[in-house]
Amino acid sequence: MILGAVLRHALRNATRHRLRSGLTVLGMVVAILAYGLLQTVVGAWYANANNASDTRLITRNSISLVFPMPLNYRQKIRAVEGLNQVSLANWFGAIYKEPKNFFAQFAVSDDYFAIYPEFIIDEDQMRDYRRDRRGCIVGRKLANTYGFKIGDAVTLKGTIFPGDWTFVVRAIYDGRKESTDETQFFFHWDFLNETVKQRYARRADQVGVFVSSVRDPDDMARVALEIDGQFRNSAAETLSETEKAFQLGFVAMTGAIVTAVELVSYVVIFIIMAVMANTMAMTARERTAEYATLKALGFSPSFVAGLVLAESLTIALIGGAIGIALTYPVAQGFAQAVGTLFPVFRVAPHTVLLQLACALLVGLLAAWLPARRAARVPIVEGLRSVV
Amino acid sequence: MSPSPLPGTPLVHLAGITKSYRRGAQRVAVLSGISFDIAAGEFLALMGPSGSGKSTLLNLIAGIDRPDSGLLAVAGNDLGAMSEADLADWRARHVGFIFQFYNLMPVLTAFENVELPLLLTHLSRRERAEHVAFVLDMVGLGDRMEHRPGELSGGQQQRVAIARALVTDPDLIVADEPTGDLDRESAEDILRLLQHLNRDLGKTIVMVTHDARAAEHAHAVMHLEKGELSARVDNP
Repeated sequence: MILGAVLRHALRNATRHRLRSGLTVLGMVVAILAYGLLQTVVGAWYANANNASDTRLITRNSISLVFPMPLNYRQKIRAVEGLNQVSLANWFGAIYKEPKNFFAQFAVSDDYFAIYPEFIIDEDQMRDYRRDRRGCIVGRKLANTYGFKIGDAVTLKGTIFPGDWTFVVRAIYDGRKESTDETQFFFHWDFLNETVKQRYARRADQVGVFVSSVRDPDDMARVALEIDGQFRNSAAETLSETEKAFQLGFVAMTGAIVTAVELVSYVVIFIIMAVMANTMAMTARERTAEYATLKALGFSPSFVAGLVLAESLTIALIGGAIGIALTYPVAQGFAQAVGTLFPVFRVAPHTVLLQLACALLVGLLAAWLPARRAARVPIVEGLRSVV
Repeated sequence: MSPSPLPGTPLVHLAGITKSYRRGAQRVAVLSGISFDIAAGEFLALMGPSGSGKSTLLNLIAGIDRPDSGLLAVAGNDLGAMSEADLADWRARHVGFIFQFYNLMPVLTAFENVELPLLLTHLSRRERAEHVAFVLDMVGLGDRMEHRPGELSGGQQQRVAIARALVTDPDLIVADEPTGDLDRESAEDILRLLQHLNRDLGKTIVMVTHDARAAEHAHAVMHLEKGELSARVDNP
């Protein structure tokens, strides 16, 4: 009964000064929306690491990813106990028409896709790809972005491997999960290697990374140590790590930017909390006489505090709900605007939960002091107050 | 809670009441050694110049303020000995408030304003609705239940406030300048209504007023001067 009265009264109080409440709600909408977008940007940064498999092991040159390893390492890696498969990949880093059209391109061995079950490829298309040495496989999102269709010829301008490279789209893969990266471009490692042999023979038979699938994830550390042990004191020592650690290495390179983005998202929340607290302080001050009247009638100080709190929560949650609802279309628009810069850009469920938690926290903290004051003001003093 | 006093016994008993307020570094005495009784069923007017302490005295009797010293008992309850929570509970059951500026909740309808004190009781929704409709009819606002205070005249708002004061059937009604914000005609209506509550329903009323004509509606008038009772005059 009392709770119903508090809610009814608070809801009506919240709409009493429509302009003030409207502007505060608008502020909440913008803050929660901005928070959601910035958190989604941070999530996009970590997307590849989060999607990494716990059975895949990446082996690279221990000096840097820039330095390759000899192809014959593959046989030695295969000999290590506990591995299912060992595939290889080279970063290609070419330009499609203009430098701004960035997307990841890899030359991969044909068994590469067996290690990546999250890429769904039509069997017929896969067969066509295998038959065509210039064939390539593109992700659905990439195909949609640049209008690639099966049979299209795509010419890339090489930077690491100079010259024009023309490929034919033979397959388009879909992600098994919503979070799977659908912006990658794959072609035959053999084609790259053969061409390099002809053009720059010294760079042939060199591999960027070996990707192995490990039978037992708990065995990952031993396998990694054993692989690296085989190449100790060689011309190209290796570093083997889980796919997640490998991806996090990339994130770490831009760690300061990620931290800054995350920090800004919380600054936005802090600012709206200050605005909201100011609104609630003004509101509670204006209603001092009403609160005193309620206490005179026998209502408890906690009832009065509940009124202030419920009003604050009402405003915060309305703004929060609108902000959350707008996050989806705005994030979609943002993802389209930045193209393939973020391979995966989607609002995660935990981002929505964080937005909701922020809205609740803003509502609670903004009302804390005004509610405390409203509850504590002596009745006689409150009845005398005129605003 | 103690039962209501028997007819003729004092409902309110004040003995040696003092009250002072701090104003900056100074302590200003507002009431000094006030002692008197108010009988059950009495309609008493408190008069005096501004700052004489009449509103402070009314606040003490209503249990929304506490004396510095002295005994203040209403219906046998020593208000000074009660905790804040007990005092709030006691006010909800035994005191009806009428304020100069009505003090209605602007976002609630007349019905909801009158229903407020009943939310602290165990009455069902239907019982509350019956009580509210009854008292609003009694003050002549049965057809204004869904109106908000802003949609009512000053006189009508004060009638809603009276209905709110009456709805819990309290022993004591305290009215602080109930006609201070009204025109003469509305003020007369309100005073006649208070007289009706006193005479026909047996409500004990303590009313603070500046207006000698308003005070004429009471049984007796007590004058306060510089925090001391100067005289008690019974009206004919």
